[in-house]
Amino acid sequence: MRKSTGQATLALAAEAGRTKLPDPVPGDCPMAIRGLTVSYGEKPAVFSVDARFAPGAMTAIIGPNGAGKSTLLKAALGVIPRVSGEVRVFGQPVEQARDRIAYVPQRASVDWDFPATVMDVVLMGLYRQVGLLRRLTGAHRAAARACLDRVGMADFAARQIGQLSGGQQQRVFLARALAQEADLYLLDEPFAGVDAATERAIIDVIKTLREEGKSVIAVHHDLTTVRRYFDHVFLINVRKVAEGPVDEAFTEAALNAAYGGSLAAPYLSQLELAG
Amino acid sequence: MDGFLDALLLDAGYNARLVAIGAGLLGLSAGAAGTFLFLRKRALVSDAVAHSTLPGIALAFIAMVALGGDGRWLPGLLIGSALSAWAGLLAVQAMTRRTRLSEDAAIGAVLSVFFGLGVVLLTVIQTMSAGRQAGLESFLLGSTAGMLYADAVTIAVGGALSVLAIWILRRPMTLVTFDAEYAAARGVNVPRVDLMIMGLVMAITVIGLKIVGLILIVAMLIIPPVTARFWTDRSGRVIWIAALVGGVSAYTGAALSAAAPALPTGPIIVLISAFLFALSLFFAPARGVAAALIARRRFQRRVHRRQGLLALARDEIIHDGLTLRVLQDEGLIRPDGVATEAGRAQAAKVARDEHRWAVAREVHQDSGLTGRYDGLTPIEEVFTPDEIEEFDRRIGGPVGVA
Repeated sequence: MRKSTGQATLALAAEAGRTKLPDPVPGDCPMAIRGLTVSYGEKPAVFSVDARFAPGAMTAIIGPNGAGKSTLLKAALGVIPRVSGEVRVFGQPVEQARDRIAYVPQRASVDWDFPATVMDVVLMGLYRQVGLLRRLTGAHRAAARACLDRVGMADFAARQIGQLSGGQQQRVFLARALAQEADLYLLDEPFAGVDAATERAIIDVIKTLREEGKSVIAVHHDLTTVRRYFDHVFLINVRKVAEGPVDEAFTEAALNAAYGGSLAAPYLSQLELAG
Repeated sequence: MDGFLDALLLDAGYNARLVAIGAGLLGLSAGAAGTFLFLRKRALVSDAVAHSTLPGIALAFIAMVALGGDGRWLPGLLIGSALSAWAGLLAVQAMTRRTRLSEDAAIGAVLSVFFGLGVVLLTVIQTMSAGRQAGLESFLLGSTAGMLYADAVTIAVGGALSVLAIWILRRPMTLVTFDAEYAAARGVNVPRVDLMIMGLVMAITVIGLKIVGLILIVAMLIIPPVTARFWTDRSGRVIWIAALVGGVSAYTGAALSAAAPALPTGPIIVLISAFLFALSLFFAPARGVAAALIARRRFQRRVHRRQGLLALARDEIIHDGLTLRVLQDEGLIRPDGVATEAGRAQAAKVARDEHRWAVAREVHQDSGLTGRYDGLTPIEEVFTPDEIEEFDRRIGGPVGVA
């Protein structure tokens, strides 16, 4: 390893052929990625990316539009196929760590006219536990209701999901992830197009998760809130640009490298960037 | 009519009873399996699958005759139809995945090519000595006349097995139809679940060939879930209501055609389910056309009431006919257009609320709340009494208008 964990780096060169994790990944590392390449057709959306996310941290994946932020998450989870690369979740291959991962997809990725109530959607988070044949019991419903309560949506349990506002839909998705009682939470643009109350509710839940020792990785688009909401960042623009604690990696140089100098100076000055 | 009632009440003889029960089970499973097809938005794939069965039926017949057997043996024909339906399904998937063709184009191509091939093969069979009385055309539109006991049992068992499979697979299938990405992240093999949905559809198509026919089986898969969707907002209930609609239509249709054998079974079943669909379309609560019209009218009256009251508050003359009617209906104005006591009070309240909203936008920090102003939402639903009191204090003047 060229870098020690916690130290910010500007790893711009993606060394070819290095697609295996050489050293064993420690079991407390929520997610380690090595040489991940994902391609739509013959245009790589993510190219030879290495990442090692910090345990018990809240990490923001940031980068410009089309930089491969969501793609990185989906490919790491095996939702979309990868061309090359290896992923370890808590030191294990993803397949063996499924029960420790909770994924919150983008709200726009589903049809909200689907015939389901808020409660139905949260119960989907328990399907794997319940299995194929067993019945859903009162205990399952109580667990789901508790998760809805954590995101402030308990009063909406019987509501059809199409009748919710965008922010409420996002909170229902988060509640479904909470129901899994996972150790690693992967959120794809959780704050996109939500109201202020939802943004507060979500960030409160995420902070509670961190206090419980869970790890959170979120694709994030709003640079102005990075410092307030997260303690680690991962900058990407097809290739990895930088990773590390906000205090070290969230720098003007890194942002310029990721965004190609398109960020205006007055804007940068509001971001409380690191030295 | 007596014949129909007899058939409906399972009183029209052993065979008719068998056919009706078999059809009912088939309709039940078709409705339930079709729900997932409909929710996955792949309804038309089933039409390509159904039309792809025809060359398989014809080839199976030719093969069985060539081997010296009876070409009309149903299990043999069904196996043939399943094989070619599978080929059709794979062709649609391959064209969608490996080329730039969209799924609807692939469906159109596969459907017509397979069906065309099947028709050509049927003509070939006509020229064979064993082919004259084959009666394979009955697979096009379905016929229960001359159905054998074994045929009915095959259909009944197949239908029951499909229902069981749907019950076992309902959770993964629901997960994939609602949110395939999340399902994949949880380790569900999404392509395999999709294949299972299509496999169920194929099984139902094949066992339904004899009763409904390959041209109309798509209606039995799609009309019941679409009908059921009008009545509920929960996917579990959509499945059961769709199964009920499918079962009732198929059972009734089979009974009708047993009573009047000249009536083709498939089209009758489709017409009955279409009738249930039309009823639901118009009269279902919340999602039906009538309910939507009523809701729209009610909303329109709320808008006119509010606008009318604002006009009264500003002493403007109201010209709009509907506004005048709404206000008069509620006793807020007299027939000559002058506001009544109640009308003046309401107008004052409405004007005050507008004022409160304006103040709220200036002083309240939460734009999520002030953004809920739409002219109709009562201010009491958005702000607490304390907050409203604060707005009133800033407005000044008379207080305590409730």
